Amino acid sequence: MGSDPTDDQHSVVIRAVELRPLTVFAVMLGREWRLALRRLTDAINPLFFFAVVATLFPLAISPQRAVLQTIGPGVVWVAALLAALLPLNALFSQDHGDGTLEQYVLAGQSLVALCIAKTVALWLVAGLPLVLVSALIAQSYAMPVEAMPTLALSLSLGSYTLCALGAVAAALTVGVQRASALIALLVLPMMVPVIIFGTRAVVLASGGEPAAGPLYLLAATATLAAVLTPLAIAAALRISLE
Amino acid sequence: MWKWFHQLASPPHIYRLAGFWAPWMLALALIGVGVGLYGGLIKAPADYQQGDAFRIIYVHVPSAYLSLLGYVIMAVASVIGLIWRMKLAHAVAVSAAPIGASFTFLALATGSLWGKPMWGTWWEWSDPRMMTELILLFLYLGYMTLHSAIEDRTRADRAGAVLAIVGVVNVVIVHYSVEWWSSLHQGQTVMNEDAVMPASMLTPLLIMIVSFSLFFGAVLFARLRSEVLLRERNARWVKRLVTGDASSLSKGAQHA
Repeated sequence: MGSDPTDDQHSVVIRAVELRPLTVFAVMLGREWRLALRRLTDAINPLFFFAVVATLFPLAISPQRAVLQTIGPGVVWVAALLAALLPLNALFSQDHGDGTLEQYVLAGQSLVALCIAKTVALWLVAGLPLVLVSALIAQSYAMPVEAMPTLALSLSLGSYTLCALGAVAAALTVGVQRASALIALLVLPMMVPVIIFGTRAVVLASGGEPAAGPLYLLAATATLAAVLTPLAIAAALRISLE
Repeated sequence: MWKWFHQLASPPHIYRLAGFWAPWMLALALIGVGVGLYGGLIKAPADYQQGDAFRIIYVHVPSAYLSLLGYVIMAVASVIGLIWRMKLAHAVAVSAAPIGASFTFLALATGSLWGKPMWGTWWEWSDPRMMTELILLFLYLGYMTLHSAIEDRTRADRAGAVLAIVGVVNVVIVHYSVEWWSSLHQGQTVMNEDAVMPASMLTPLLIMIVSFSLFFGAVLFARLRSEVLLRERNARWVKRLVTGDASSLSKGAQHA
């Protein structure tokens, strides 16, 4: 970037007001948080979806306690992932519609810091509430109380990976009409490792065994996603505005 | 070296090069498949455990190999296209995706056909290789869907390239996680990987792998040619190619 001389002149002006990446992160996070508070229904809908999907499984399979205990970890995990897909479509489309997205890219600030803030905000609004509700649903599936901390920790890590990968898919599909199904098609195959490690940790914890192994692997994938995806999100946003 | 690299990026040059090589590769591939199938289906002895059912590996193993190679080609072409902004590399990636997806499907289908007599089931969830191939198929489909969903071609190329690169990191993690997962579920492994294949079985397999690769190359070149024509349809050399005689093609290549 900035190889031709006219570009350089612009960037000189912009650099005069360039903020520290941490400031960009904080400002962006504050903005996203305020927006989320003003659109509370958007944040609450996935929670209802989560609860409804989890209600269907006992009806479809069996209400027996033993069956519920077997399918519980898997149902909670899959339903939570599906619910976390719902807000992805709107992540950048609103900003794209009113031109804010172009300002992000043109602002001359660290786009990567901005993308990290977007991901963290998405997780705070869409991931963390699911973790809280999951305890309730797991309780109804007769999951032992001792397994709850593992469930919460694994879902927190897993939903962050989903938010990070989902943000990549959302950034790639900016401007595409009816992108929800496409985003699901892009993200869900990539979630295979997370769902394997996540459910395994909960199954182990429910059986009273140590679940540290899968949790470490889950933390490793979440770290990898947290470090690498902001670069991909930033690249995808730049491409989508070319 | 740089001249060579520059020539490789020139659409008319690659159009002629691919047009020259594709028929030769196809012919060699067909001969190779004929020889390999004869060696594999007729000459090779039946397996003492699996009987004649093992013979499906002569299609299955080359397909599985090419399903992975196709993704690697797609990802490497995407990296080149993104970093050096080489448009032709994107054309390669776009051309490779459907071929790779087809071979992935073929690997899954033949694996499933083999699984029925061997495992007694068409689909064995606990086999890590089947799971990895299935996820790979989804990744291919995701790439192709994303590329066709974005109308602007340059954007579609570059967005697809980012996805292919993310996918190649992901497919490695998927592979190892699925392997770890299936070891918990006691996957049946009929195939003994340490067993040494006798030459009468192995040679046809190697011939099949080489011929399938040649076939892959021939189809890739044919698809690349039509992709290049589609992308360059407003260029002078394409117009000359359509309207003028073949002798003006080389002149057009110099001008383009």
